[in-house]
Amino acid sequence: MNWPLKKKTNGDGNSNGHIIEMIGTTKVYDTGKIKVEALKGIDLVVEKGEFVAIVGPSGSGKSTLLNLVGCLDTPTGGAYMLGGEAVAGLDRDQLADVRNRRVGFVFQNFNLLPQLTALENVEMPMLFGGVSRRERRRRAMEHLEKVGLGDRVEHRPTELSGGQMQRVAIARALAMEPDIILADEPTGNLDTGSGSDVMSLLSELWGQGRTLVVVTHDKTLAQRAGRLVEIRDGVVVTDQRAVA
Amino acid sequence: MGRDFSVILSLFFKASSLQKKRAILTVAAIAWGTVAILMLLAFGEGLRNQMIKARRGMGENIAVWWSGETSKVWQGLPEGRRIRARLDDLDYLRAKMPSSTGIVGEMTSWQTTLTWGMSTITGRVTGANWQYGEMRHHYPQPGGRFFNANDERDKKRVIFLGNRLAEDIFGDVNPVGEILQVSSVPYLVIGVLQPKLQMGTYKGPDSKGAVIPITTFSAQWSRQWLHNVVFKVGRPEDMPMARDQFAQALSAKYRFDPEDEQVTGLWDTAEGGKTLANEMRSFQIFLGVIGALTLLVGGIGVANIMYAVVKEKTREIGVQMAIGAHSSWITGPFVLQGMTYTLLGGAFGLVIAIVLVLLFQMVPVEGNDALEFLGKPTLNVEIAMATAALLGFIGILAGYFPARRAASVDPAETLRYE
Repeated sequence: MNWPLKKKTNGDGNSNGHIIEMIGTTKVYDTGKIKVEALKGIDLVVEKGEFVAIVGPSGSGKSTLLNLVGCLDTPTGGAYMLGGEAVAGLDRDQLADVRNRRVGFVFQNFNLLPQLTALENVEMPMLFGGVSRRERRRRAMEHLEKVGLGDRVEHRPTELSGGQMQRVAIARALAMEPDIILADEPTGNLDTGSGSDVMSLLSELWGQGRTLVVVTHDKTLAQRAGRLVEIRDGVVVTDQRAVA
Repeated sequence: MGRDFSVILSLFFKASSLQKKRAILTVAAIAWGTVAILMLLAFGEGLRNQMIKARRGMGENIAVWWSGETSKVWQGLPEGRRIRARLDDLDYLRAKMPSSTGIVGEMTSWQTTLTWGMSTITGRVTGANWQYGEMRHHYPQPGGRFFNANDERDKKRVIFLGNRLAEDIFGDVNPVGEILQVSSVPYLVIGVLQPKLQMGTYKGPDSKGAVIPITTFSAQWSRQWLHNVVFKVGRPEDMPMARDQFAQALSAKYRFDPEDEQVTGLWDTAEGGKTLANEMRSFQIFLGVIGALTLLVGGIGVANIMYAVVKEKTREIGVQMAIGAHSSWITGPFVLQGMTYTLLGGAFGLVIAIVLVLLFQMVPVEGNDALEFLGKPTLNVEIAMATAALLGFIGILAGYFPARRAASVDPAETLRYE
């Protein structure tokens, strides 16, 4: 195993400080019979420390964009740099390494591994990242305490509430100290109370200088972001920064 | 590589186990297949051992020659001449056949009256040299002996009886030391054959005949010519050379074509042994294939269940990939799981097979001709190794294909919320 990406740059190592840099990025799904153009040329630059909310109707290409940003998928055309590194041409395992080190995912339906405890779920990315067992445990404890679940570490997902599961997921996203937190409708499955807890937690992370990209329908959440990007039919239609 | 393995192991131990019922059924299927292949091979091995033993009943690496008629004209002599070896040819043959480790002659009298007290039967009496006992595996029961060089030299009237023949004449009485009338001439019974399994015979089973020194035979029946010449070699590889020397020596003396198969043709047990070994090997392979197919069905069961597990866990696999798992870290635990179930089933199967073999070995087979030839099922290291290798192979396949399906999961696809 070679680790060509291992700490080559640590995100803000490049001079311009761009975490995400998309230039004319396109994504075409070729099903054989028909070609679906999901993204028709996205230009998007996200700086370190930004909190970006991506909004748009269903089918606008939000999810595709998020998959590209999170390196779950690769663009068909145009350029994409994550933390100053080109993603094009990487194989599956290299992409997995990029995701492991640079991206922390938070999903609408939490996606915790059901048979593992909260602690083990948070440890999982560090297991893949080659962090030693002792260090994994220490950091997982630390992150769970930060999200307010220090007393729930041995609970399995089924023994936690929706809001608690999402907080475990956020702790897991933070485990590898990624360049960017990617959240896909993080409050979509939560009641108002837990949703607002999670929103506060995300705002808090932003306050600590982390970079967040959130896809959401939730206007309350979108308003908390420092920047609102609207996608429609595979292109960016508005991109506005909140006035401080 | 080491790190890959440690990640795979951690994931393997963290993976939720199968539902209990599924796991038990899977392990049972493999155990059944293992029992099937082990029992088939064990019976095959038992039969093979018994066949080899039976073939050796007549003697090992020996050739038997009968007198014959020439079928070719040779040096002005016509065809159809009868060629019979004589008693005094044996020393000549011994001198001319350095490749042979022993040469004996046989004279036979078939319908001979054997009388002891009030009981009279007719039976076969063979006159042979004293080395015959060792060459043709005429081993005496305790308390008796085969005749020796002195008996032969002194033309002693001593007789060695086949065990069945002895029973027919003497019933429950110990024949050794008794006097038996052979065509009205008294002989001292000196030994009775140990019961033996004999597959090949050229004049009837050894258990039904009697043997006396060839010199005694020659004197009583006033006969010089030999029915058979039997010679032995140390190793099967020496047999072709010994046969050649035999044909050359005999043809030189009696003036016939050494290539004349009608005269030189003989029964070569070394050759027969090779054929038997090949036959038994093919038979064992055949049994092994049947067993392997049974085991393969079990393996397909494992693969099937693993496929179901992969399907159930698609989302979990997608999550693991999203947070940075390499393909091999996804596949590894599945392969290990397939292996574990297969090897666990194999271990159970082995235990069951060993118990069955031990039970079968307690069944008495002596006296029952069919069972005696079937022998006793035997497990050996080779069979165990072959089965273990097959189990490992099937286990890897049973885990590998489902694992490949798991690795082909597209995380972007599975994580989409529906």
